[in-house]
Amino acid sequence: MTSTILSLAISTSQLVLGIAMCLSCWRLIKGPRAQDRVLALDSLYLNAMLMLVTFGISTSQTIYFEAALVIGLLSFVATAALAKFLMRGEVIE
Amino acid sequence: MNALHALPEWAAILVALCLLAGALITLAGTIGLTRFPTFYQRIHAPTLGTSFGAAFILVASMIYFSVSEARPVLHELLILIFVTITTPITLMLLARAALYRDRAEGHDVAADAVEAERGETTGH
Amino acid sequence: MTRLFPYPLLWLSLLAMWLLLARSIDPGQLLLGAIVASLGCGAASALGLPRVRIRRFDLVLKLVALVLWDICRSNLAVLLLVLGRREPQSVFVTIPLELRDPNALAILACIITATPGSAWVSHSSTNNTVLVHVLDTGDGIAWAETIKRTYEALLLEIFR
Repeated sequence: MTSTILSLAISTSQLVLGIAMCLSCWRLIKGPRAQDRVLALDSLYLNAMLMLVTFGISTSQTIYFEAALVIGLLSFVATAALAKFLMRGEVIE
Repeated sequence: MNALHALPEWAAILVALCLLAGALITLAGTIGLTRFPTFYQRIHAPTLGTSFGAAFILVASMIYFSVSEARPVLHELLILIFVTITTPITLMLLARAALYRDRAEGHDVAADAVEAERGETTGH
Repeated sequence: MTRLFPYPLLWLSLLAMWLLLARSIDPGQLLLGAIVASLGCGAASALGLPRVRIRRFDLVLKLVALVLWDICRSNLAVLLLVLGRREPQSVFVTIPLELRDPNALAILACIITATPGSAWVSHSSTNNTVLVHVLDTGDGIAWAETIKRTYEALLLEIFR
């Protein structure tokens, strides 16, 4: 009984996060400007990270935690570098 | 794929509620991202996901692993702290870049900014 | 003491991070964590980061409670705004600050941006003003006054 509740909740939240990823992708494609796309990419990274955490719960494995942490790190670095690029036109001065 | 651990009823319901709440709040954030008309309004939307959305889902994971392994599992706190520290930095950089690009193109969106202290002149 | 541990808070948080990542508090992991934390603090002092001087530790707890409460409130407000039909009335607000300490300014920036509904856009160090974008407010000046009265006053007290 309890495990059906849990697995139902996990699949529902994965579905919801999937919809959220699709909406971010829509913004990523539509733009209209470069900063909108970077913001959408950041939000996509966040959704992917949360999705990995739910995968970790559904498989009872903590290995997904490391993957989520790495995605979080990558999202920070990528967005910071892209914002810098928008500002200056180059990443390393 | 490993099976789900059997959890006591209260823990299963708590984990399920936290997961659903977190996922729905994150979805609301991305709906804001698609709905709001200007960039500076859209920049507020993902903070819903990074503050409460992430917090609920990570707390769900913490409860699940702590109860199923019968010992405190707290490493999700690291992600939470990391996300709360880094999102302001990235959003700030992005907002500044957007402001710079808007100004470079000749329309200064912040030119009519409300001054907090009336009568004081603070030039940019 | 200050020469051995120039950044005690950074050292402790690096050690805590290591122990959380290793998921144990074995003596071996404690030793490794201490080495990692010392290396991190060495890097920080090589970079010459400004030192944190906290005067009032009791007020830090008050600040954390206030921030959590505000994040709750503004989450709800933005949630209703996203799902509702009403168009948000956003404004840019320029707030003159009395806060000068770089660490305190960084904390204020994190607080303002982490609460949904307000974002720190840019800070001008010449006249110490900050440009903030507020998602939905009827009165930008009243909003700025609240920020100055609550957060800035607390941070001034903590980092004095």
